[in-house]
Amino acid sequence: MKPSAATLRVLGRALTYALAILMALWVLVPIYLIGVAAFSEQLAVYQYPRPFFPAPFSTETMLFFLQSGGVMASVRSSVVVALITLILSTLIGAPAGYAIARYVFRGRDSFRILVVSTRAFPIVILSIPLAVTFIRWGMYDSVYSLALMHTALALPFTILITSSVFASVPRDLEEAAMTLGCNQLQAFLRVALPLALPGLAAATLFTFVLSWNEVFAAVILTVRNRTLPALVLTVLDVSPLPYRFAGGFFMLAPSLVFMLFIRKYLFNLWGRVTK
Amino acid sequence: MADIKVDNVRKVFGKTVANRNVSLTISDREFMVLLGPSGCGKTTLLRGIAGLEQIDAGRIHIGGRDVTDLPPRQRRIAMVFQSYAVFPHLTVYENIAFGLRMQRLPDSEVKRRVQAAADLLQIANLLDRYPAQVSGGQRQRVAVARAIAVQAEVLLMDEPLSNLDALLRLEMRAELKRLMQEVKSTVVYVTHDQVEALSLGDRIAVMKDGAILQCDTPLKVYDYPATDFVGGFIGNPPMNFLAGRVNGDAVTAGGVDLPLPVAVRARLSNGQVRLGIRAENIEASAMPVKGALTGKVLVIEPLGSHNLLTVQVGEECVKVNTHADSVFHPGQTIRLKLASDKIRWLNRESGQAIG
Repeated sequence: MKPSAATLRVLGRALTYALAILMALWVLVPIYLIGVAAFSEQLAVYQYPRPFFPAPFSTETMLFFLQSGGVMASVRSSVVVALITLILSTLIGAPAGYAIARYVFRGRDSFRILVVSTRAFPIVILSIPLAVTFIRWGMYDSVYSLALMHTALALPFTILITSSVFASVPRDLEEAAMTLGCNQLQAFLRVALPLALPGLAAATLFTFVLSWNEVFAAVILTVRNRTLPALVLTVLDVSPLPYRFAGGFFMLAPSLVFMLFIRKYLFNLWGRVTK
Repeated sequence: MADIKVDNVRKVFGKTVANRNVSLTISDREFMVLLGPSGCGKTTLLRGIAGLEQIDAGRIHIGGRDVTDLPPRQRRIAMVFQSYAVFPHLTVYENIAFGLRMQRLPDSEVKRRVQAAADLLQIANLLDRYPAQVSGGQRQRVAVARAIAVQAEVLLMDEPLSNLDALLRLEMRAELKRLMQEVKSTVVYVTHDQVEALSLGDRIAVMKDGAILQCDTPLKVYDYPATDFVGGFIGNPPMNFLAGRVNGDAVTAGGVDLPLPVAVRARLSNGQVRLGIRAENIEASAMPVKGALTGKVLVIEPLGSHNLLTVQVGEECVKVNTHADSVFHPGQTIRLKLASDKIRWLNRESGQAIG
């Protein structure tokens, strides 16, 4: 008997969902296991088979990690770097995004591509010249210079996200404000900015996560003022298992939470890029 | 006083000429409609008057003041957008108050004017809501209220009714007309809907390809179109056109001789002419009539108030209005009598009216 079209459709959907679930599990199960290990007692980490629930629940492992040498200092460095990156890239990137969204100017499309193509240079190749330059300019091993580097890395994303955010605010609204007595700046501040604010917040959060997670430039450009990922990476192979699990979870958590908040805007961005 | 003088305005987008040296004078408190098919440059002209579009050449005067180089906020205009452009992050009250707050009016005055505008448009009960919480028709009213609250001398409207459904559009059209008689602003109104233009305008400027073809009162534009395009664009059904050949003192069209006015004959160069006539100025009858065209009925469309016939006359098709109770049938040969004083004579090549 030939299967009907309806059966095929149901089958197709089931297959799609099965694949989606499989991919989600592929990513989520390790994250979950890291979380379980991070909130178990230290010895539980060595148990086999792995427990699927933290039993008993304990913050001992996390505390052990946070109290290890240099961790709190590097967390502070990470936050400082991420905040500076967030501020700089928003200050530079948001106006660029606005310009791309609003104005038709010569070379606009080339500019868009140029912005993205900066990410085509692998940082691995750039890292040695960068380190040399930073040393020569006396900027080496500083959270501020690392923040500059992160800003450069984050800017393409900031520009793309903010331009899609501003593009979603109809131009009519700003024009209406201008016919009602606003100059261009007032129209922007009173109409476009309030409407773009949630999207801009998403863009800045994304920048924060980008900087928080970035490890390669951080390893190359800092020695004593390490950010958290840089520190964890360099001590990874000489540290005990509980340290690794707790460190992994601690680095993962903010990214996951932020991504959850801003996923709507990220979908928007990808949608625009592929269109 | 806010008359508008558009003087030789030119606007080009890349290779497209949106306005080719348009000149137009609109008197104080006049309701001027810019009518034309999409892409004819009517919205560009409106945005030029608003100051939202920099014009490439020409001058624009409002109330005797040269505003060509002034930004929109200094032109004393208000505008209603096709998309309404109601601010989604502000309540209906704050939307209507927006222009007044920009003028830094005291709160009591803002409140009075918002209330008055809201009353005029019957949205006083919606003032606390956000635009997302009101219907499309109500949002439209908010946009109009916001524009009239600032009591601008010039009110610009860009297809304000085109996003409403048919019934609401009919209702809002009449209401707009009543409203505009009350607010006493000079109005420039852009539309592609010829019925809207005829019903609202004191005068209609018909545009095509970036130029104004004719600017006159609705009745003049309807009865005496300046070109065949205007005759075809305005009116439902469009004006009928028949080819004619000068034959002594008369014109032969559709197989019969029609009297040719002397003034027209004097301006004909090659003996070729085109005549335009409206469907309601043709009388159809089953009996032979002297001086009437002979044609064959192709289609009969009963429209309630009247029947619309499509009649084949020679090579050409003619639309004819007949009484709702007329008894023609498809395939029937009938006679068409043209009201000779209603015939519009046009140059066959250029389409320009002669008389």
